Amino acid sequence: MSESADLVVVGAGPAGMAAAATALDGGLRVVLIDSGAAPGGQFWRHPPLSAREAVPTADLHHGLSTYRALCATLSAHEGTGRLTLLLNHHVWTTAREEDGFAVHAMDRGRAPEERAVVLRAPALLVATGAYDRQLPFPGWDLPGVLTAGGLQSLLKGGGVVAGSRVVLGGTGPFLLPVAAALAARGAKVVAVCEAAAPSAWLRHPAALLRNPAKWAEGARYAGTLARHRVPVRTRTAIVGAEGEGRVAVVRTAALDAAGRPLPGTERRIEADTVGVGWGFVPQLDLLLPLGCDLADAGDGTMAAAVDDGQRTTVPGLYTAGETCGVGGAALAVSEGRVAAVSVLTDLSAPARPGTRRPAAERRAVARHRAFARAMAQAHPLPPAWPAWLTDDTPVCRCEEVTAGAVRAARADDAAADHRQVKQLTRAGMGWCQGRMCGPAVHCLVSARDQPYAPTERLIATPVTLGALADSGEPTTDPS
Amino acid sequence: MTAVTAFTVDGEPLPFVPGQTLAAALVASGRVAWRTTRGGQRPRGIFCGIGVCYDCLVTVDGTGGQRACLVQARAGMAVTTGEGDDE
Repeated sequence: MSESADLVVVGAGPAGMAAAATALDGGLRVVLIDSGAAPGGQFWRHPPLSAREAVPTADLHHGLSTYRALCATLSAHEGTGRLTLLLNHHVWTTAREEDGFAVHAMDRGRAPEERAVVLRAPALLVATGAYDRQLPFPGWDLPGVLTAGGLQSLLKGGGVVAGSRVVLGGTGPFLLPVAAALAARGAKVVAVCEAAAPSAWLRHPAALLRNPAKWAEGARYAGTLARHRVPVRTRTAIVGAEGEGRVAVVRTAALDAAGRPLPGTERRIEADTVGVGWGFVPQLDLLLPLGCDLADAGDGTMAAAVDDGQRTTVPGLYTAGETCGVGGAALAVSEGRVAAVSVLTDLSAPARPGTRRPAAERRAVARHRAFARAMAQAHPLPPAWPAWLTDDTPVCRCEEVTAGAVRAARADDAAADHRQVKQLTRAGMGWCQGRMCGPAVHCLVSARDQPYAPTERLIATPVTLGALADSGEPTTDPS
Repeated sequence: MTAVTAFTVDGEPLPFVPGQTLAAALVASGRVAWRTTRGGQRPRGIFCGIGVCYDCLVTVDGTGGQRACLVQARAGMAVTTGEGDDE
């Protein structure tokens, strides 16, 4: 299948939904494409529409009124024929062409079957979000240890609680909604281990005071956690997991100012499930091969560099949401709207009432960005986190490369970045292509102030040669 | 929540709620691991839950390398697990 439009939006999370809605309201023809079974992305992850009654998840969400309004707008434009919404479609690469972009995807609506789809448009908006940042610890590859986002996706997408006694750990405000959701669905959340100090937020009073909605959201989670008697332990980390075939015991420790476990503070907690997240890594897979510039996101990661209209350094290529630096759903919605107004302007679409008021959205973006920077500074990776690694701790889960092997690559072979470590040890060379271990390997070998930039991956998701051969895609566009 | 239909995992029927992924149905049944790594024979199953880590690979109707967290369960699907899914 081949389809053309004015704008292709990749990713139907908060940013992509808002961008598509604004662009459609402005009169454009839009293709909105997502790998999930329903619009919403990770933040508003939902079961498919047909399963909403069988798998009720509305109580787990925040900001659903915005989600429902965006769904209604998109649905209305599907009716006019100007929106093509492609769900269960995995974009595996994008390419620049003379008149814009080609987006190559696989329709996996009836997996394992797959069908190649090519979309073409003069403008491309990438809103692919982010994924949990992981730091390894002894036992982190035991079954029952999940990412915090993984626990949340099972809850929101499938109505499934992954275990009965859960310990959460890492850093950042995201741990709180995950704890609240698990507790609300009957799991015993034994502890939330937050590596940051409780006073860290107070260093940025201005950013907090300008975002009262975030206070309200935080207070709601705090209330839920208090009601379920979930202890939140600050300056504490999960430093080990033990068990035969599944995690049975979690080891936690208090951290010193550098993030080193303090001797004598270790606790052993019985648990069958662990959720870990150290903030997020922007999902740049589709942006990097197009050659857009990156910028330091301020949280130890690189993100896409954009102007105040969400334009990347590649003409016709826009990005919004977590790809520009992790900042949450409200920011993503505002950035999506700003990006769509830029697309309308740049394509010289005739102005329609209500679609050209970017000033207020831009102010919202600035306010939310300031909050995100404050959060990043309040929730840094503890610099001394490698202190809890043992030499035999696996760092790369796919190729089973240990911390000892990574350290040897640095010490013996002078590997200076995660790419060289990959060549020397195979860390990052397996199925996930370094998406899980990349940030950790980066920390183990690179200078501390250097943000992590992922490796460029020409193919963002594995595809079969058979499906490509059957696509009938000509080598040049006949139009 | 009542299960109304099933797919098979290594020949055994596994009930699921339509709309769930294969991984969600497996986890709901109490399973969090379903294959082993080819190097150290370490168990792997659900980890990232959003298609990024590839830990949850299964074979679906004879096709390997399928991420259980992304594939929507359908009645009658034949899922096989174990070694070799990461090759």
